[in-house]
Amino acid sequence: MTVKPLAIEARNLTKSYGKTEVLKGIDIEVPEGTIFSLLGPNGAGKTTTVNILSTLLPASGGQGIVGGHDVARDADAVRGIIGVTGQFAAVDGLLNGRENLQLMGRLNHLGKQETKRRTEDLLERFDLVEASKRPLSTYSGGMKRRLDIAMCLMGDPQIIFLDEPTTGLDPRSRRTMWAIIRDLVKAGTTIFLTTQYLEEADELADRIAVLDGGKIVAEGTPEQLKRLIPGGHVSLRLHRADQVEHAARALAAGSFDADQLTVQVPSDASVDSLRKILDTLDRERIEVDEFTVHTPDLDDVFLSLTGQGKNE
Amino acid sequence: MSSLAYTFSDTGTMLRRQLKHMLRYPSLTIMLVGMPVVLLLLFVYVFGGTLGNGLGGVSGGRDAYLFYVTPGILISSIAAVVQGTAIGVAMDMTEGIIDRFRTMKIARVSVLTGHVLGSMIQVFLCTAAVLGVAVAIGYRPEASGLDWLALVGVIALIAFGLIWLTVALGISADSVETASNTPMFLILLPFLGSGFVPTDSMPTAVRYFAEYQPFTPFIEVTRSLLSGTAVEGKELALTIAWSLALALLGYVIAKKKFNKR
Repeated sequence: MTVKPLAIEARNLTKSYGKTEVLKGIDIEVPEGTIFSLLGPNGAGKTTTVNILSTLLPASGGQGIVGGHDVARDADAVRGIIGVTGQFAAVDGLLNGRENLQLMGRLNHLGKQETKRRTEDLLERFDLVEASKRPLSTYSGGMKRRLDIAMCLMGDPQIIFLDEPTTGLDPRSRRTMWAIIRDLVKAGTTIFLTTQYLEEADELADRIAVLDGGKIVAEGTPEQLKRLIPGGHVSLRLHRADQVEHAARALAAGSFDADQLTVQVPSDASVDSLRKILDTLDRERIEVDEFTVHTPDLDDVFLSLTGQGKNE
Repeated sequence: MSSLAYTFSDTGTMLRRQLKHMLRYPSLTIMLVGMPVVLLLLFVYVFGGTLGNGLGGVSGGRDAYLFYVTPGILISSIAAVVQGTAIGVAMDMTEGIIDRFRTMKIARVSVLTGHVLGSMIQVFLCTAAVLGVAVAIGYRPEASGLDWLALVGVIALIAFGLIWLTVALGISADSVETASNTPMFLILLPFLGSGFVPTDSMPTAVRYFAEYQPFTPFIEVTRSLLSGTAVEGKELALTIAWSLALALLGYVIAKKKFNKR
């Protein structure tokens, strides 16, 4: 296995405003050509992290390296290879869609021909051709985000920061955005994605870091994170109250509730383990009304790692 | 391309953006041009008869006042245009697009110089309109060809100073509403100078202020050029010094605020 060079690296990054510590020293490593997702609730420090790594904000401490360049000392070199799409559509509301793209082309010093070519190409790709001459005030939220990303692609960036790209979008627009992001990675772009949606991180990211209160509280692939949380179980609702205790013993249940007639059996939800449970139920002649399998999802991870019940 | 070439090319791009904004939403430009024209008509046709008599000239009356007030209105119109500069800059700052510009490898100052050049164009549109209306209602400037050339230079210089100052005000404002208020005082300054009546008719304290504020030399130089009389060296020096000082002050503040975010 070859180790891919890192596109984004943060070492002990901190940021404070006066006495308020927004980032308390975070470390991030994103290999080239992968999607990294920073997941966290509102106010966790996601946007601050993006702002520091995209040269918008100076860090209070630590180091950020993007595409091999230090974000503080060599900001212009970083700016030359990144694209940023913030939480709020960074478009010029007084221009139309096509003009916005042309503006980006000129600011990237692409030349007339190339600007024109890429503009038409991106309008086509993001399904904005029809709307290209309309004022932005007539665009839907999803269209504005698509234009926003198209603008960021005019400069052909190697590394793209997407700060909550689907917040406020309807489910359909969100799917479109996901497809766009997957296509970008296929083309070799590195993506740094922040989101508060677990489903989104699970769907897209190669690696996820969970940010909470300015600290990374967990990091890994979606699968690794799910394994962090023991939450997989099979839940049974029995037919007869007098069988509850017997079933719990036979199945080595984690817990049972005689009043509700329920039994919880720890399980990794594999076919083998389910078959074992079913065999045991058969053998012991236990009558079951309901049989549900719970696999841990990122929600379990998220809720157990952040916020709730964590009173420091 | 060298970094200087980038600065020019990016400034050109940003100016184009400003011009597009102006063309697409001409109401602001029309209002900026319209206000000084209304001011001119108001002062000439409503107050002009009486004020003209008070000037102490031989002829007096409305015609004398038109001759006196036109240079004042001309400078007022620059003060009016730069109100729009502050609003435009503040609008930009509150939009997400500025953060996009900040994360791009462009000459950062071009975002501001685009505004400066755009406003410069508005200043010339506006002063030309005011002069045109003044001539239409009977104003006859006595400037020579060289005087006209000098006038263009002086207006450009004054505009440069005031525009950079209002760029700084616009960028320092935390909202568009604030930005539309803070440069208001500039509109008042020509009144507290030699723009509408001679300063020696004012009470001592006001006169003292009038003599030392930048708009008095601005207006005096403009008046001398338009009437074809010799420009006083002191007034010209003060005009140049004030304009450059305001521009420098505005530039330094604006640049600092832009980079700091």
